Amino acid sequence: MAAFILRRLFLLPLVALGVSMLVFALLQFLTPAMRASLYIHDPKQLGALPEIIQKYHLDQPAYVQYWDWLMRVAHGDLGWSETAREPVADAIRGFFPATLELGIYSFVCILAFGIWLGTQSAVHKDHLIDHLSRFTSISGASLPTFVWGLLLLMVFYGHFGWFPPGRLSLGADLFVRSGKFHWYTGLITVDALLNRQGWIFWDALRHLVLPVATLTYFLTAVLVRITRSSMLETLRTDYVRTAQAKGLARRVVVDKHARRNALIPVITLASLLFVGLLSGVVITETVFNYPGIGRWGVGASQQLDIPAVTGFALIFAALLVVGNLCADVLYALVDPRIRLQ
Amino acid sequence: MSAIRSSSPAIPLSRAPAARRPAETGWSRVLRRFRANPLSMLGALIVAFFVIVALLAPFLARPTERNPYMIPHSGYSSDPHPPGPGHPFGTTEEQFDLFYGVIWGTRTAFLVALTVVATAVVIALALGSLSGYFGGAWDELVMRVTDVFLAFPGLILAVVIVAVLGQSVRNAVIAIAVVEWPTYTRLLRGEFLRVRDLEYVQAAQALGSGSLRIILRHVIPNTVYPMLILASLNMGGIVITFAALSFLGLGAPPGYADWGQLINLSHNWIAGTAGDPFTFWYTLIVPGTAIFLFVLGWNLLGDTFRDIFDPRLQGSR
Repeated sequence: MAAFILRRLFLLPLVALGVSMLVFALLQFLTPAMRASLYIHDPKQLGALPEIIQKYHLDQPAYVQYWDWLMRVAHGDLGWSETAREPVADAIRGFFPATLELGIYSFVCILAFGIWLGTQSAVHKDHLIDHLSRFTSISGASLPTFVWGLLLLMVFYGHFGWFPPGRLSLGADLFVRSGKFHWYTGLITVDALLNRQGWIFWDALRHLVLPVATLTYFLTAVLVRITRSSMLETLRTDYVRTAQAKGLARRVVVDKHARRNALIPVITLASLLFVGLLSGVVITETVFNYPGIGRWGVGASQQLDIPAVTGFALIFAALLVVGNLCADVLYALVDPRIRLQ
Repeated sequence: MSAIRSSSPAIPLSRAPAARRPAETGWSRVLRRFRANPLSMLGALIVAFFVIVALLAPFLARPTERNPYMIPHSGYSSDPHPPGPGHPFGTTEEQFDLFYGVIWGTRTAFLVALTVVATAVVIALALGSLSGYFGGAWDELVMRVTDVFLAFPGLILAVVIVAVLGQSVRNAVIAIAVVEWPTYTRLLRGEFLRVRDLEYVQAAQALGSGSLRIILRHVIPNTVYPMLILASLNMGGIVITFAALSFLGLGAPPGYADWGQLINLSHNWIAGTAGDPFTFWYTLIVPGTAIFLFVLGWNLLGDTFRDIFDPRLQGSR
């Protein structure tokens, strides 16, 4: 077990190194002057571009530049973001909690809803709930995230006015930025409760409903499909039949015997789910005007804010690598066949 | 994924007497499967419909601009206009005609998806055959490179590539091809590994065929079906990614006949007016329906191809 995790941990820096090379290779399409912006921290430095090109060897061979750049990235120095008007590292620190909050709520909803629906549709195969869930998963795979998100906005914001876009309403936003609100985690729903500000919590929650619903709908589609087929297979096994034959209640058989084993292949899907979540977050944040890393990264891409784009790429790749590691470890923890290898 | 050659006689899987069922050829089996599943038929019909629309685009919506992919617009009025005479589906902001955009957008969708698939397949044929047939250090190198590409969430990588290369349809297509090639390469490499040691390849080697001839004549033809399945399952995803890039303002420029770009134009008109919240419904629903149907058609068709050509996966859905 420990050896397995160690081996995965050992691979982590190798993949990270490969990813950094890929990002750096992409940057080679830019002129030295544009690449120089990676090393600028203050707009005043713009006058000194030739010196910066000299200083950071931007006219030197690629491997020299790569080493220079890598060392700076390793020290957390990612340059100045023109769109965020602050250093990239600070911008990431500022935007990340919002994305994390959206991700956590979505992940919980996806798992709960997806596994429930998948189980139900396997247990009641070819009944109404099964047809409904299959319809959901087929349509969920065919409707682009942004169309669904805009539809939800049209109905629940345009028509009912229940769930506005953004992260906070104006009043709540002003209060949060005033000195009266203390930031503990950066997650507004958590901090609001720690500050005993129920109305802020409520306001933040209202803004989270639609983006979370959008992400849940999409990523549930995949999860339901896998859970369903895995459950169907498990329900056909001998030990499940034995459990039923010895007179256990249907619910006990489904919950305790079948689902636990059926969930093992679902965990392998977790990393795929994570990829979907990271891509989905970028679109969802743009649709709902939610101030997270995704929307910032897209804005930066439109406006040629190369340092920001680089930081955005690196942070998402790092998240995915860590997410994959977690999925692997979880898989090993759950499935004894892997633990014993 | 593997495939059985459709030219081989069908193996009776059940123990029931096989006498009554005549030996089917590949195509009649495919047709029978299609008729058996209404969803497959629906998928095929939807895709056929879009093919016809794409082919007949110049007749359905007559181009007036020099570049037919630029949607003609009458005036620059900022408010969208509802469906009416001259504009059967209405207009977006700045008066781009939605009907024209949807019709020519079908061509864009096919062009983008087919170009991406073709590029990915060519790269996969080159790298996958090197890696799978010859193995060794090449294999290790190619596989580690695909690892790195797959370590990126696809959309993020595409966004970054477009950001660096600049916003245009061509660059968006390049970006999506860069995202897609590792999947195809890995699939093809797997197929090469599987086929490489089969008897008929050994026989060809024993007869003195060169590597190139074996790859072209004996290995590649046997990897066609898995590629076909992957490509058909992938068509919808590619179109969604392209539309997403356009929606994010990183794909087709404003006014280009592309569904994602049209949906981007509806972003400001979601809330409608005070009395009627759904005033501008058509700006979202029209292009949204087009892309939904297109992707749905390909997903249904892809599922069917997988079921037909990949017997191991049958009934796993």
